[in-house]
Amino acid sequence: MDKKSYKAWLYLLPAILFLGVFLVYPLIDVFIYSFEEGYNSASQTCFGVGLYNYSYVLHDPYFLQALQNTFILVIITVPLSTGIALLISVGLSSIKPLRNLYQTVYFLPYVTNTLAVGLVFMILFKKTAYSDGLVNLLINFFGGSSVDFIDGPYWAKMFVLCFYTIWVVMPFKILILTSALASVKQDYYNAARVDGTSKFRIFTRITLPLISPTVFYLVITGFIGAFKAYSDVVALFGTDLNAAGMNTIVGYIYDMLYGNSGGYPSYASAAAIILFTIVLTITCINLTVSKKHVHY
Amino acid sequence: MKVVLQNLTKKFPGRKKADAEVIAVNDFTFEIPDGELIGLLGPSGCGKSTALNLISGLLMPTSGKIYFGADDVTDLPPENRGVGLVFQNYALYPHLTVKQNIIFPLQNLKGKDKLSKDEMSEKAYEIAKLVQIDELMDRKPSELSGGQQQRVAIARALVKMPRVLLLDEPLSNLDARLRLQTREEIKRIQQETKITTIFVTHDQEEAMSISDRIVVMQSGVIQQIGKPQDVYDDPVNLFVAKFLGTPPINVFVGKVKDGGLYIGDDCILDVADVSDREVYIGIRPEGFILREDGPLCCTLGGLEVMGRDISVVSSHPGCQAPTIRSIISAENKVDLASKTVRFAVKPNKVFIFDKETEARIPFSAEDARHG
Repeated sequence: MDKKSYKAWLYLLPAILFLGVFLVYPLIDVFIYSFEEGYNSASQTCFGVGLYNYSYVLHDPYFLQALQNTFILVIITVPLSTGIALLISVGLSSIKPLRNLYQTVYFLPYVTNTLAVGLVFMILFKKTAYSDGLVNLLINFFGGSSVDFIDGPYWAKMFVLCFYTIWVVMPFKILILTSALASVKQDYYNAARVDGTSKFRIFTRITLPLISPTVFYLVITGFIGAFKAYSDVVALFGTDLNAAGMNTIVGYIYDMLYGNSGGYPSYASAAAIILFTIVLTITCINLTVSKKHVHY
Repeated sequence: MKVVLQNLTKKFPGRKKADAEVIAVNDFTFEIPDGELIGLLGPSGCGKSTALNLISGLLMPTSGKIYFGADDVTDLPPENRGVGLVFQNYALYPHLTVKQNIIFPLQNLKGKDKLSKDEMSEKAYEIAKLVQIDELMDRKPSELSGGQQQRVAIARALVKMPRVLLLDEPLSNLDARLRLQTREEIKRIQQETKITTIFVTHDQEEAMSISDRIVVMQSGVIQQIGKPQDVYDDPVNLFVAKFLGTPPINVFVGKVKDGGLYIGDDCILDVADVSDREVYIGIRPEGFILREDGPLCCTLGGLEVMGRDISVVSSHPGCQAPTIRSIISAENKVDLASKTVRFAVKPNKVFIFDKETEARIPFSAEDARHG
């Protein structure tokens, strides 16, 4: 090793140490635990090595429920939130008066405390001794019967969760998309106008391709974020997610480690590796697709 | 297509309410004959791009009318005017290939004008051949040189056969050599298509070299319209005289006294028909004649040899600029050892302007002393 590269490694050392201890080492550890049957973190012992943990997790109805919930959440919220955010940003960038006001309004959820948001959703959806919640009042007004969104049927709970997730992730997407839209040069629009391009065609043929890198960025981070959903679910349905049938993969991992049924780091590790594999696969697919559609 | 502008005016509101409004284009009235290439010329900020945008329809005039032929297009949106516009930075869609870029305007056509895929492709290749980019149809704009991008932009503007072609500073993003080439190219394309073309530039050489007619503007007001040579030989005011020509015209402070034109104490010309007053005197670089007994005595600064010509650099206290540049034939011998150099002047290369209004004062002079 010559002197130059020695120096380079020296400069890199703090970052490498930090990442190594807190990121790489735990990752490898989790990978190892996932193959060790009945690992006990207190005694640092296990019964044997094999695929038993994976087999257990994949046959666990709670895990399958969590898997299903997570996938539904991802499939519904990522496209919807990105699409709605796109519509709102396009709307925002095509109005002049009050644009700043609207931008602030749409960005408010991002800076609002999670507990405050939870409270708002309680008022909207939760049945209490005094009322059925604002949404139910609306449903009643239009002649429907009350639905228990928090402890009721599966679809109702899923609806609230998706609604909540979309609402929470939207501001960030709108922020990123409005700045992407603002960076598209006016000349492109002028050129299109002179050529008599319809508004719709300008959007699909010019605006969308030009901001496509940003859109793909949002879709990829959106997928990853939704797969890792946990705190939002807790905020809505409490900590006993398995009983509510609303657990997510991350929730399952947490329960396996610390929950009522906790104390099983091996199962938790196996579930974590499965989640990792899923996210990795989806991200790879996303990147492949984006390479085909992002042109420059 | 003949283009007529009638009292065309565009005002922009001031940034704050208290600020005065900006008059970018002030009462333009002129007519562009069918099939001509017109150069809108002026220093930056004089409103030439605004004028172009008014003609394209991207901006709406505050008052006045625009006619294409007999049609009043003042209130028509750009897409219904039938104009092709080439932007200063070309504005090619970066995600589309050259071919897709050229076809783009055709795909917007609706109803009876709608073309089949093959027809579009055929038209695109036809126009690409004209601007000589038919080899590059499958490339992306980022894979093209500046000059090639420029041609694509022109092809895109031409493909739907616009009634009027508008070019906004079409050469400003090109290097000097390419600029020369491309301006010839623009001239050729314009002559082949016979489309009335208006282009905007701040480069007088560019405008002079290819325009059938130039329009010189300053601060939103038209100063002079005419054939390039006529405007050069017969400027209406000091601004136009200064703006055209490289090297620029030499401007002296002087006066007319008793029928003589004086710079300092040197009487350089007899101008019998001009009454006595303070004036600016403009002398084109080629208007100097080296002569030992010439009336104008300047301090010799140096020589710049350019092969065919010599450029004599000298100075005179009456000159507004620190140096005077005069271009003389290389056959003349200049004695570098001498501190001064004496010139006579060619009357038709000398213009006098009123000191107050800077308007041209016509005179009919003989070079009485040495004529």
